[in-house]
Amino acid sequence: MTEARKQIHLAAHFPGVNNTTVWSDPAGGSHIEFSSFIHLAQTAERAKFDFFFLAEGLRLREQGGQIYDLDVVGRPDTFTVLSALAAVTEHLGLAGTINSTFNEPYEVARQFATLDHLSGGRAAWNVVTSWDAFTGENFRRAGFLAQEDRYRRASQFMLTTWELFDSWRGDDIVADAASGVFLNDPDAGAFSHRDDQFDIHGRFNVPRSPQGRPVIFQAGDSEEGREFAAATADAIFTRHSGYSGGRAFYADIKARLAKFGRRPDQLVVLPAATFVLGDTDAEAEEMSRHVRAQQVSGATAIKLLEQVWNRDLSAYDPDGPLPDVEPRVGEATIAPGRASVRMNKDPLGTARQWREMAEAKGLSIRQLMIETSARQSFVGSAATMAEKMERFVADEVCDGFILVPHITPGGLDRFADEVVPLLQERGTFRTEYTGATLRDHLGLAPLPVPPRP
Amino acid sequence: MSTDTPLHLAVALDGAGWHPAAWREASAQPGDLLDPSYWVGLVQTAEAGLLDFVTLEDSLALQSSRNNTHDQRTDLVRGRLDSVMVAARVAPLTEHIGLIPSVTVTHTEPFHLSKAIATLDYVSQGRAGVRVQVSGRPQEAAHFGRRQWEGRPAEEISRKLFAEAGDYVEVMRRLWDSWEDDAEIRDVATGRFVDREKLHYIDFNGRWFNVKGPSITPRPPQGQPVVAALAHSSVPYRFAAEQADIVLATPTDPAGAGVIIEEVRRYQREAGRPDAAVVILADLVVFLGATQQQAEDRKTRMDDRFGHPYRSDAPIFTGTPAALAQLIGEWKDAGIQGFRLRPAGLPVDLDLIVSDVVPELQRRSLFRTAYGPGTLRDRMGWGRPANRYAQGANVGPKATA
Repeated sequence: MTEARKQIHLAAHFPGVNNTTVWSDPAGGSHIEFSSFIHLAQTAERAKFDFFFLAEGLRLREQGGQIYDLDVVGRPDTFTVLSALAAVTEHLGLAGTINSTFNEPYEVARQFATLDHLSGGRAAWNVVTSWDAFTGENFRRAGFLAQEDRYRRASQFMLTTWELFDSWRGDDIVADAASGVFLNDPDAGAFSHRDDQFDIHGRFNVPRSPQGRPVIFQAGDSEEGREFAAATADAIFTRHSGYSGGRAFYADIKARLAKFGRRPDQLVVLPAATFVLGDTDAEAEEMSRHVRAQQVSGATAIKLLEQVWNRDLSAYDPDGPLPDVEPRVGEATIAPGRASVRMNKDPLGTARQWREMAEAKGLSIRQLMIETSARQSFVGSAATMAEKMERFVADEVCDGFILVPHITPGGLDRFADEVVPLLQERGTFRTEYTGATLRDHLGLAPLPVPPRP
Repeated sequence: MSTDTPLHLAVALDGAGWHPAAWREASAQPGDLLDPSYWVGLVQTAEAGLLDFVTLEDSLALQSSRNNTHDQRTDLVRGRLDSVMVAARVAPLTEHIGLIPSVTVTHTEPFHLSKAIATLDYVSQGRAGVRVQVSGRPQEAAHFGRRQWEGRPAEEISRKLFAEAGDYVEVMRRLWDSWEDDAEIRDVATGRFVDREKLHYIDFNGRWFNVKGPSITPRPPQGQPVVAALAHSSVPYRFAAEQADIVLATPTDPAGAGVIIEEVRRYQREAGRPDAAVVILADLVVFLGATQQQAEDRKTRMDDRFGHPYRSDAPIFTGTPAALAQLIGEWKDAGIQGFRLRPAGLPVDLDLIVSDVVPELQRRSLFRTAYGPGTLRDRMGWGRPANRYAQGANVGPKATA
């Protein structure tokens, strides 16, 4: 008897505002026209993907006190684009990042409940939190959170929205014209919530949506973030896309579920994955080197180096050697609001390591930045890619992938045409959608409806 | 004067219609109010009638028959969807009609709404607007928990709410302009995606919020999406005259309309805005029927089910499509530039507007017989405005703060 092969989950990430996205390629199209969003979403749906994913940023990036101009700049409003995409897709899940710091639970709950209604049960929310005053300058709240408060705020924010979602039970609307009864509960939507972040009460005004609430994604990686995800998330958007790091993360996060009374299959682990697909493995390798060179121009190399050095390096030649000066230690101020910069804890160590590598291999600044920037997660022919993805999922590195194309909007086309059919032939990816909701696609059971109080 | 100035005609969509008992009519679809196909169908019908735009009602509280508290009624429509998102859901499935959701600015973030409406403008290819509304209701304040409800005299509260709304619209407008049209350069030689000299901090500092900018969303197709406001008295007339493009007023007769128009135009001139910058429409609730008797019978039936005669902030018309077309023509002669009709029952009154009222108006040469090309702004007669931050452009209105 052969065991059914473990199914892969796939999602399409709209290319981001970072140097992964190669806007300079002749095939690179608009990042703001709706036609680009339609193209990627319909390609993903044609390929029977689980969902489409859109990230969010609430302030244009800056470096050295100026707006960062080397990457794609400009993005749409998450809720508005996902609602419009619901009109041009039928099955595809629609996931978006929404910040819990610069929003209020009542408003976000009604937006996600609305998205779930408008899409027939396909909404998902990647709950993120930020705490920088830089982003706060665009908002009423303005002030920022202490780093240690951010998970408490995010957790209380999200759990408050759950109370709002659950304030309607799904059978509240009778709409019986003959008897004149519209509601069967005079208190439908009633809620009252008080904690140290929120003190709100009243009536929620969006009745229960098809999924009950959006599928919950989290992306946290710290100890606190992992606990939060294990306790409450339906899926985790992880940056551990490598084989060994991914396996360790997967084992860790799945092992945490039991203490919250949850089974391993109730949390889907999905790393972001970049890819370069060629006719042969050798051609893909060659293309991969070319793409990384496109991603790291000389100007970009200097900017990436500044993010570690935390100082202005514009006087340095990207084709020359690394700077003699040491990185400025202390609070990273060169690129406010950029999480990857803030998280660099040991710039002196990084600089030492890079100097050794540059010396040993004779690398210029640009060559070094190409060398140290991550190689694409999957490089190869369609057969190689399909085999490797299956192996990752079978070996419990992850449950699937959120694919990040480097070209907008056509960067997923070849994957859909060449890799997906192979996965389908091998029985590891769906050939048709079998359920109506995103929970169905992800193998998550329907949520129970809470009893009336 | 009536035949050479275009008549603007819009409908206001809300639930099963504006009459509280409309959901019990045989033609109503009260079980579909949360179904996107219901809203797509209504807006497609309005588009088949060549209407200028639809507005979508919304609020940050559950519907209530009482002004300042929730009620416990179970015999009326309760629950709704976010109007900006409904407009976005409808946008790809329509082509010409303007989409103007209603948004409460009292508790929400101007940065978020600015990019949402800019994005609605992208997904509709230049058909977006927003009807801004304020909320002084305690139940909405309690849903946000960030400010106390102020139990002070109505006039003073109203002034504060509309002053905040003025700042809010100013911030939205600056954010819409914070990207110049040619900011995205994609200069492969220098590796620059944007020309940062063409991105602008808006640096708004006001009493209720400070917003730095620029927007995360590039300047939308219309440049400035359309801002509409419903107004019943001097404080909102002044707010609308200073900041809105469309004023929705509720005069009871042509003479009253003339008085309101005069007041709005006076405030406009004080704000340095030409008359043509603001279009003034009259709101009208409509109960239509093939005969006067049928229309009245419908209204009586709905009123009986509701328990008392329907009252509205707007005047109420009950009659035939031909009589409505006649009235529209008369009001237009008095200087009203068009109407936002509030169908008492959906879809029935909307269907009759499209199938009977519009052809009556066309017969009288009062209304277009096809959509022209262009954006919602083009249809309203304004075209695409210069960017306040572009070199050589006039600077926009100053902050009220």
